[in-house]
Amino acid sequence: MKAIVCVKQVPDTSGKVAVKADGTLDRASMATITNPDDLSALEAALRLKDATGCEVDVVTMGPPPAEGMLRECIARGADKAYLISGREFGGSDTFATSQIIAAGINKIGVEADDVIFCGRQAIDGDTAQVGPQIAEKLGLPQVSYVAEIQKDGNDLVVKRMLEDGFMMVKVQTPCLLTCIKELNEPRYMSVGGIFECYDNEKHPMTILDYPALKDDPLIEVDTIGLKGSPTNVFKSFTPPQKGAGMMLTSDAPAAELAGILAKKHII
Amino acid sequence: MDFTLTKEQALAQKMYREFAENEVKPLAQEVDEEERFPKETVEKMAKLGMMGIYFPKEVGGTGADVLTYVMAVEEMSKVCGTTGVIISAHTSLCAAPIFENGTPEQKAKYLPKLCSGEWLGAFGLTEPGAGTDAQGQQTTAVETEDGWLLNGSKIFITNSGYADVFIIIAITGTVIDRRGRKAKEISAFIVERTDPGFSVGAHEKKMGIRGSSTCELIMEDCLIPKDRLLGRKGKGFQLAMATLDGGRIGIAAQALGIAEGALEETVAYVKERKQFGRPIAAFQNTQFELAEMKARINAAKYLVYAAAQKKQSVMDGAKVRYSVEAAEAKLIASRTASDVTRRCVQLFGGYGYTRDYPIERMMRDAKITEIYEGTSEVQMMVIAGDLLR
Repeated sequence: MKAIVCVKQVPDTSGKVAVKADGTLDRASMATITNPDDLSALEAALRLKDATGCEVDVVTMGPPPAEGMLRECIARGADKAYLISGREFGGSDTFATSQIIAAGINKIGVEADDVIFCGRQAIDGDTAQVGPQIAEKLGLPQVSYVAEIQKDGNDLVVKRMLEDGFMMVKVQTPCLLTCIKELNEPRYMSVGGIFECYDNEKHPMTILDYPALKDDPLIEVDTIGLKGSPTNVFKSFTPPQKGAGMMLTSDAPAAELAGILAKKHII
Repeated sequence: MDFTLTKEQALAQKMYREFAENEVKPLAQEVDEEERFPKETVEKMAKLGMMGIYFPKEVGGTGADVLTYVMAVEEMSKVCGTTGVIISAHTSLCAAPIFENGTPEQKAKYLPKLCSGEWLGAFGLTEPGAGTDAQGQQTTAVETEDGWLLNGSKIFITNSGYADVFIIIAITGTVIDRRGRKAKEISAFIVERTDPGFSVGAHEKKMGIRGSSTCELIMEDCLIPKDRLLGRKGKGFQLAMATLDGGRIGIAAQALGIAEGALEETVAYVKERKQFGRPIAAFQNTQFELAEMKARINAAKYLVYAAAQKKQSVMDGAKVRYSVEAAEAKLIASRTASDVTRRCVQLFGGYGYTRDYPIERMMRDAKITEIYEGTSEVQMMVIAGDLLR
């Protein structure tokens, strides 16, 4: 049994957001962090490792500096890392990205009782599409918005959070779960983990470039990169900040609200 | 000297900052107000390997280096001076002397549990009548058939209310010194909290680092096994002084952190605080104050990091001493901490004097760094002694 965790390096949106002339994000000029939901996915995998002793592999697609994020995942407790990186993969949208990551996961190999963990969505694109698309392309069952995980023999029983309630789902392994922040509180890197995370013998870092993946049936010229991406970005921008809300605290809030609306000539 | 951090050190610094911000800072005010030892924080730090940072893995440490340890004390002290000194006293004053002087059996018994944080460590040298005059010890240890019999008391012992293991300095006899005078023979011992006749007295009410547990230790016919003698009999004073050399680097790091934390708070405050229609950061007085504090902090930082690197060279096998570097680092860093925090309170004005802001706490926390583990005057004695040798 092993856990494969998909992680993404994203711009730190608490800092300044920079946009290039073509409307896409200027990632190079922004500070980066590991996508918060992905840290919850990693934590879920590490808890599975604590309970069962299974191996935890982390995989990302990104430019070479994304290696730093993978090292940080090792410092938190992951065992092996895979960096999918190549010019051919640049400009991929969610469709092309999931093709490539699915091919990368095929390369790692999915066995009978493996679990693939993804974050629900990344804070840069906010699509929540890549996880489910990877599952589809690997032909695996998937559960999204996972807030609790329990092992039940060879199956997993998971709690799936919806807007108006939750669902308990039993799912066979191998499967893919997309995790939400509420699932857990991610652990910190440990000092011991940090001083081991660059040890390639203990924690191998495998680069999966285009030549390494090109024989996978998912990888075609028209399924990856900009050419394989049906999405066109029209514009990226920082949405204007909304004004602060107002809490009505009086004993008769309806009357208070009516008074405010009348004052503004709305009613 | 090159202070470029390695990739690992930079990552450790990043982790410390996240940990300090999320876990330590939110408790700092409460820990101070309630004079409460932050036990839960110690447990969390232990899990992350922060209670045995620079000791090798073979003895249960994390296998990192002295600078990585120093940065842990620095980063915690930026937000909470109490938390910084807990790591420092535990590591430098208890685990380090056992690592440096212990028998293989002593190391095997104590270091794994100290490094994992399962046991907390403390160090007892100071007595009511023996502060700067550390030779003025009264505590005695008499060798009997059953072991060593300790009698006496120690005061102002950091971590003592929660510590499991104590390094205790005591008189084991009299010797004739080189000039033919009678002198006390001093030795070091490892004492466990559960040893018969050992007890921990009342908690001191302090001006600063109020969450740090500072108590009296009382030994009344405290009998410990013979194999608890640490280092050679009669070499306890040298052991204590060498231990304090290491400890002073930790306290210097604590002082550095307190100064850095105060400056960070002040930089944020002066941009927000408006007087005469402008943020006070726009006034040249504010700018000059900030600039001078920053320069002084960096000067202190280089001394602290240089002392850490010299200690690291000893860990790596070099036969050198770092007493002078440690004394210089502590002298300058502690004075910088007191000076910077006082000036920061001034920039905060009336708000800075209230306990609603962390700056007055930082000023109170800073003062102790000029006093414990050797006063500033002791540091100058060490430095001058070396100059005039």
